[in-house]
Amino acid sequence: MSRSILVLYAHPRPSRSVVNRRLKRVAEGISGVTVVDLYAEYPTHYIDVRREQARVEFADAVIFQHPVYWFSAPSLVKEWVDRVVTYGWALGESEALKGKIYLHAVTTAASHGVFAQEVTGRAALRAQFHPFEAMAGLCGMRYLPPFSLFGEVEQQSRAERLDHHAATYARFLRDLRDEKLDLAQPYRQQMVAT
Amino acid sequence: MEVLAYILPYLVGAVILVPIANRLGLGSVLGYLIAGVALGPALGLVTENAVDLQHLSEFGVVMMLFLIGLELRPRELWTMRTQLLGLGGLQVFGTMALIVAGVWMLHGSFRVGLALGMVLALSSTAIVLQTLQEKNLERRTGGRAAFAVLLFQDIAVIPMLALLPLLAQTHTDEGAFFDGGGHGGEAAAHHAVNLLHGLPAWAHALGILAVIAGIILAGRFLAYPVFRFIASGRSGEVFTAAALALVIGTSMLMTLVGLSPALGAFLAGVVLSGSEYRHQLESDIEPFKGLLLGIFFVTVGAGVDFGLLFSEPVLIVSAAFLVIAIKGVVLAALAIASRFPARDAWLFSLSLPQGGEFGFVLLGLAVTTGALPIQLAHLTTLVIALTMFLTPIMFTLFEKVIEPRLGVGKAAIQEADTIEHQGTVIIAGIGRFGQIVNRLLRSDGVETVVLDEDARQIDTLRRFGVRAYYGDASRMSLLEAAGIGHAKVFVAALRDTQQQVRMIEDIRRRWPHIHIIARATDRTSAYRISAAGAQTVVREMLAGSVEAGREALEQMGTHPYRAEGIARAFRRHDDETFEVLREIWTEDFLNNPDYMNQARERSEELSDILRSDFSQHPESDEWAIQAAERFDRDEDEENGQKPAAE
Repeated sequence: MSRSILVLYAHPRPSRSVVNRRLKRVAEGISGVTVVDLYAEYPTHYIDVRREQARVEFADAVIFQHPVYWFSAPSLVKEWVDRVVTYGWALGESEALKGKIYLHAVTTAASHGVFAQEVTGRAALRAQFHPFEAMAGLCGMRYLPPFSLFGEVEQQSRAERLDHHAATYARFLRDLRDEKLDLAQPYRQQMVAT
Repeated sequence: MEVLAYILPYLVGAVILVPIANRLGLGSVLGYLIAGVALGPALGLVTENAVDLQHLSEFGVVMMLFLIGLELRPRELWTMRTQLLGLGGLQVFGTMALIVAGVWMLHGSFRVGLALGMVLALSSTAIVLQTLQEKNLERRTGGRAAFAVLLFQDIAVIPMLALLPLLAQTHTDEGAFFDGGGHGGEAAAHHAVNLLHGLPAWAHALGILAVIAGIILAGRFLAYPVFRFIASGRSGEVFTAAALALVIGTSMLMTLVGLSPALGAFLAGVVLSGSEYRHQLESDIEPFKGLLLGIFFVTVGAGVDFGLLFSEPVLIVSAAFLVIAIKGVVLAALAIASRFPARDAWLFSLSLPQGGEFGFVLLGLAVTTGALPIQLAHLTTLVIALTMFLTPIMFTLFEKVIEPRLGVGKAAIQEADTIEHQGTVIIAGIGRFGQIVNRLLRSDGVETVVLDEDARQIDTLRRFGVRAYYGDASRMSLLEAAGIGHAKVFVAALRDTQQQVRMIEDIRRRWPHIHIIARATDRTSAYRISAAGAQTVVREMLAGSVEAGREALEQMGTHPYRAEGIARAFRRHDDETFEVLREIWTEDFLNNPDYMNQARERSEELSDILRSDFSQHPESDEWAIQAAERFDRDEDEENGQKPAAE
């Protein structure tokens, strides 16, 4: 058995993105992973709710991949959640999201300085995304803490660090697809161990 | 020329006195009547041609019934059937019964009683409907009920005309419908031809049925192609001629078989009420109707025989009030039995207690056939004229005294009226532009009325259930018929700027409160249309061209979100520029240095805005720029191949 993964990529300024663009291409290269560029599909923010619901219904795991903007996700992610996750579909008559895996894969440029103190701690990050966690919990999803990519790897150049991030993300997606992760345990440690 | 010469005093009298009457709040009908009195008995300007003119002007009643028919779809007529038969029947028979009983007791003659009962049971369709419409009362319960009764009376005239000669001591020839001496004049009987005259009863009935069926079938199947053919010629006056021919033809056909021409016109109106030419017909016939009815009222006023009035003033005035009292009692009883609200009961009872123009016709026939003595007929004519004279005063009484007493101000009525029509949008011009507007509005359930001169297009739209009508939307009378008075929004979507400007200026003048959304071609056209008074001006090409530009950006590799942002920024800046330049725009803007400088400045400003808001790379972060450039290089080298998964 393998899981089908839906990556909802949300970057309002992809031309300014370095890490996220790379990661998006990594995800696109893995079979069983569907990548949707939300800002490209909905430049007016007017979301096709039925289409998005159908996409989610088909997937076993839903990942929002995006940079952290002011301690949260870019606004289109919130708009997506508000419009797509509706009563009657996710809750009530049907429970379309029940049992699906859900997480945010986030990047942040703030890997140093004062800003980093607030943003980069894992506990801090999980707390920031609490509204999404609560939503997922209410809809019966299996919520995983944010998959974060920032400079805790004190390695050489930025280019090397980018390669490292890409490899980590690829491995995570493949393991998730092949059901090699024990979802009860913190997945970071499992990946470091293997 | 002779005809024109004797119409002139009527027109001049009306022109002077009707506005005065309106200003005094008496209504135009009373104005016409007063004009008639001034011309006839007072100044003696009315010649013996008055009778001919009266016959001509009686045709206004026919036209009015045609217009009423046009307003009334068969379905609505069917829903009215209870009121029509119930209220109408009881009013006519109740009034007749009281008069017959009264005359029989006083005079001892059943025949005279029946003849007078028929004459006096009828009310004045012309005065009442005209006044109801003028005072905006026709949609209220009392107004509708009054209309139902009037319609029943118009139909009841037919058997009455057949019955009246039978009441005569000596049986003479049946008279024609619009026959008769009129008020105060001689019984100038001119006999119309009745094709069915002398046939056995069954053939008579068959002939009448055939004519009615013919009118319905011709209206259904013949009128459409004929009107479409005329409409495709786009000649306004030919359409008017066709409309007149239709009304006159139908009524003459009815007269030929001995039926009421008004009824025929009404029938033709109902048959055509569902057609796309409805509003055009309305706007074509309306001025003729108004004018003829006006002259008709003038002739009523002119015909008042003051000699007779002054010789028997007490008798005539008390008889008039007696008639009003008898009819009023019957009407009030009906209103109470029907449980009308107080206001509507008053309106219903006060609107119908007069005698009517059909009464004159019956009187004429009664004299020629000998059903009534001439002396009595003259007296009755005067009584009817007097009651008609009192009608506008009764309406004023209702409006000024009774309604305020009941504690219901005008505001409440006005509000109810607007709610009924809330959300109506009139779309003038249904080319590619108007069509999209119409579809968008209708998809959200907004009621639209569509007007265009393209008969084929209108026909197509009607097949899709759109309320589409043929006609020239720049004619205010058509817009009025289409209900612009009740509409909230007007979409001016004609192709031609010149035509748009003229139409918008006219609408602005007459209906200052309606919101006009207008189509414009280019910037210059938009300035002209905006100056004409449209609140919202939409340049037809702008949205589409910006959209194409955005698509082109995307195809050049710009991310869709960025392309959308640029398109929006462009659009916003262009809209602002439009507003800025509108203030200083002149027809010869190319020679206007102020305008040209501003225009140049604005266009430079746009480039600056786009450069600063949508630059590709963060200027502050050198590292990120380098990394992004490196990434772009990598991507190019891969030549569109997908990166390896592992």
